[in-house]
Amino acid sequence: MPSPPLIAYAHVGKSFDGGRGAERVKAVDDVSLEVAEGEFLAIVGGSGSGKTTLLRLANRLIDADSGSITVEGEDVRAADPVALRRRIGYVFQSGGLFPHISVAGNIGITPKLLGTPAVEIAARVDELLDLVRLDRGLYRDRLPHELSGGQRQRVGVARALAARPRIVLMDEPFGALDPLTRDALGDDYRALHRKFGLTTVMITHDMTEAILLADRVAVMRGGKLLAQGTPSELSNSDDAYVGELLHTPRRQAERLKVLLPRDGAA
Amino acid sequence: MSLFSDPRWSEALAHLPDYLGNHVRVSVTALALGLAISLPLAIAARNRPAMRGTLLGFASIVQTVPGLALLALFYPLLLALAALSLSWFGFGFSAFGFLPAVLALALYSMLPVLRNTITGLNGVDAAILEAAQGVGMTPRQSLLSVELPLALPVMMAGVRTAAVWVIGTATLSTPIGQTSLGNYIFAGLQTQNWVFVLFGCLAAAVLALAVDQLLALIETGIRARSRLRTALGGIGIAALVAATLVPSMARSPSSYIVGAKTFAEQYVLSALIAQRLRAAGLSASSREGLGSNVIFEALASNDIDVYVDYSGTLWANQFHHTDIKPRQVLLDELKATLAQQRITLLGELGFENAYALVMPRKRAEQLGIRSIADLASHAGTMSTAADYEFFSRPEWARLQKAYGLTFREQRQMQPDFMYAAVASGEVDVIAGYTSDGLIAKYDLMVLDDPRHAIPPYDAMVLLAPKRADDQALKAALAPLLGRIDISAMREANLRAAGGDGASSPDVVARWLWEKIAKR
Repeated sequence: MPSPPLIAYAHVGKSFDGGRGAERVKAVDDVSLEVAEGEFLAIVGGSGSGKTTLLRLANRLIDADSGSITVEGEDVRAADPVALRRRIGYVFQSGGLFPHISVAGNIGITPKLLGTPAVEIAARVDELLDLVRLDRGLYRDRLPHELSGGQRQRVGVARALAARPRIVLMDEPFGALDPLTRDALGDDYRALHRKFGLTTVMITHDMTEAILLADRVAVMRGGKLLAQGTPSELSNSDDAYVGELLHTPRRQAERLKVLLPRDGAA
Repeated sequence: MSLFSDPRWSEALAHLPDYLGNHVRVSVTALALGLAISLPLAIAARNRPAMRGTLLGFASIVQTVPGLALLALFYPLLLALAALSLSWFGFGFSAFGFLPAVLALALYSMLPVLRNTITGLNGVDAAILEAAQGVGMTPRQSLLSVELPLALPVMMAGVRTAAVWVIGTATLSTPIGQTSLGNYIFAGLQTQNWVFVLFGCLAAAVLALAVDQLLALIETGIRARSRLRTALGGIGIAALVAATLVPSMARSPSSYIVGAKTFAEQYVLSALIAQRLRAAGLSASSREGLGSNVIFEALASNDIDVYVDYSGTLWANQFHHTDIKPRQVLLDELKATLAQQRITLLGELGFENAYALVMPRKRAEQLGIRSIADLASHAGTMSTAADYEFFSRPEWARLQKAYGLTFREQRQMQPDFMYAAVASGEVDVIAGYTSDGLIAKYDLMVLDDPRHAIPPYDAMVLLAPKRADDQALKAALAPLLGRIDISAMREANLRAAGGDGASSPDVVARWLWEKIAKR
C-alpha cells in the first residue's frame, strides 16, 4: 500500500456492562483493520456483531478499552473528541436530523459550530442541496418531518459533507429505505465519494449492498473480524459464515438472471 | 337591589390596585425564584438518578404540605434567621410579609418545574443526542441548541402549572402579612361579606388564566419559531408586572400600619383605629387577616405599628403561662413583660372577648344549666364545637380539669358557622366569643365560669417599639380607651356580620365611633 492508512485499528477491544450483574459483553474483540485514503470500506455483520461499536470508536463516540486507533496518523486518544468529530462526517441511521431545525440549519450545523460566517454557510448549504439532488427553493426551509425517508437521508449525507471532511462514517445509512430509493441514494453517494476523494466506512447488514458499493468488505461476527478483502478475495474465503453471507447475493443474482433474461428470449 | 348595584362591589374594586399589585409582585417573584432554582437543578439532575430521585422526592413532600401551613412555617423560620443575622452580621431583615411568602411559594412552584424539565430532557430521543454529539457539539451546545428546545413544550407545561399553583396559593399569604387577593377572601369569610369572597376568587382566577394564556403564547411562539408570539407573550407579562408596580410606588412609606387578625371584630377595630389616626391628620393603612402568632411578632419587629390583642391570649399563648391570675394582676404583669420587649400597652378598650361556653337559652333553661359546673353532668351526652385552635389551647385543658368536662363529640368549625350550628341544634354547646354579636341574635346564653378556668381577655391596644414615644399616635387613640363596652362591641360585631352593604368594617367602625363618642 503506497500511502499510509487514513484510519487504522490495532488490536482494539471494547466491552460493555451486560447489566444486572451479567458478564461483560465483548462488543469488539482484538480487531485490527486499516482503511486506505480514498477507499470505500463496508463492514458487514448481523446485529450484535460489534460493527456499529467499531465505527463509533473512530470518532470517539465511544472510547476503546484496549488497543489503539489512529485517524489521519494521529492517535484518537490524544485528539480533542469534539474537534475530531467536527472533521469527520457522520451519517446516522435514519438520518438523525434535529427535528426542530430546518433542512438548511441541519446541513449547516457543523460549519456553524466551527464558526463559519453565515453567508458562507448559506452558500455551502445550497451547493450541498444540489449535490444530494434536492431542490434548494423547495427544501431549504422545510422541517425534517416534512420530508420523505429518502429525502431525510439525503439531508443526512449533505450534513455529513458540510464541513468538507476527508472521512465519512456511515451507520446503516440506507437500511430503512425502500429498494429503489436505496439504490438511487447508494449510487449518488458512491459518485460523491469518488468526486471528493473521500474515505468512507459504511456499516451494513446487507452483503449485496456492501458488494455493490464498497471497494473492500470486512465481515464481523461476535466482536471479531472474520475476513476482509475485495469481493472477489472474500469469495475465496474458507470461513463458513462468510460463505453463508455471500450465498444470498449469489443465489439472488442467479435467480434474477433466469427470471429477467436481458436478451429478450421470452 | 340587583347583584351588581351592591356598594360592596365598588368597595372591592377600590382595593383592587393594592391587592392585585401585591399579589402579582409576590407571585411573579416567587415564580422567578422557583425557576431560577429548579431549572439548573433539573438540568444537573437529569443524568444523575440518585440526585433526581432525591430532588423529586423533596419537591413532592413540599407539595403535600398544605399551602397555608407551608406559608405559616416560613414565618418563624425567617424570624429565627433574621435574629441570627442580626447577632452575627449586625443587620436584620423583615421576616414578615413579602419574604416568607416568596420563599414558601417558590418552594411550592418547584415540583412541576423540576418534574417536567427532567421528564422533558430525558424524553429527547437517544438517536438525536448521539447525532448532536456526532456533528461535533459540546455537551453544553447539545443542551442549549438541541435538548432544551426539544424539551421546551413539556417544560413550559410545567412552568404553566407552577404559575397557576403559585397564583392560587398566594391568596394564602395574607395571614403572614403579605397583602394579596387573599385579603378579599379572608376578610370576606370573617365578615360574611360574600361579595368580597367572590371578588377575591374571581380576581385570582382571572389573573391565573391570564398568566397561563400569556405563557401559552410564549410556548407556541417558541415552538412555531414565531418571534412575534413570543414577544407578545413576554410583553404581556412585563406589562402586567409594570402595571401593578405603578400604584405601589405612589404609596407613602411613612404611614402607620394597623394590624388585624383574622376575625370580624379585628377588622372593625383596625378600621376604627385607622379612622382615628386619619382624623388626627396622620396617614394610616391596614394590614389585615394576620395569623394570631404572626401579628405579635410583626409588632415586636416594627413591621406593623399598632393592633388590638387580648390579655388572655398574650398571657397563655404568647408567654406560655399556665396559671391564671386575677384580672388586674395579670394586666400589670403583662404590661411589665411587654415593656421588656419595648412594646407599649397603651390601655384597654373596655370590653372582653373571652372564650365562653355558649348554648341556646331555651335548652339551658329546660336543663337547668346556668354555669359550666351545671353543664358538666350533661356533657357526656352532648356534642361541642369550637374554632380551629380552641381544643389545643390551654383554656380547654383547664376547663376540662376544673369541671371534669367530657363531651360525646368534639368538632372544629369556621367560627362564623358555629353559632348557627348551635342555634339549630346541630351541636349542643360551642366555645364562642363573649363579644360576638351572634350571641344576642340567636338568643344564646353564655355559661358562667365560677371556677375561673378561663383567663380574662381584655381587649387592649399595643404599640410597636418604634412608636413608644409617639405622642401624636397616643393622643389620637386615647379617646378609644375604656370607651367600648361589651354591648357596643357585640352590636358592632353583629352589624359586621350582617352580610350587606352596611356591614363593611369601615361603615361599622364609623357607627361604633358615633356611638362611643357621644359618651
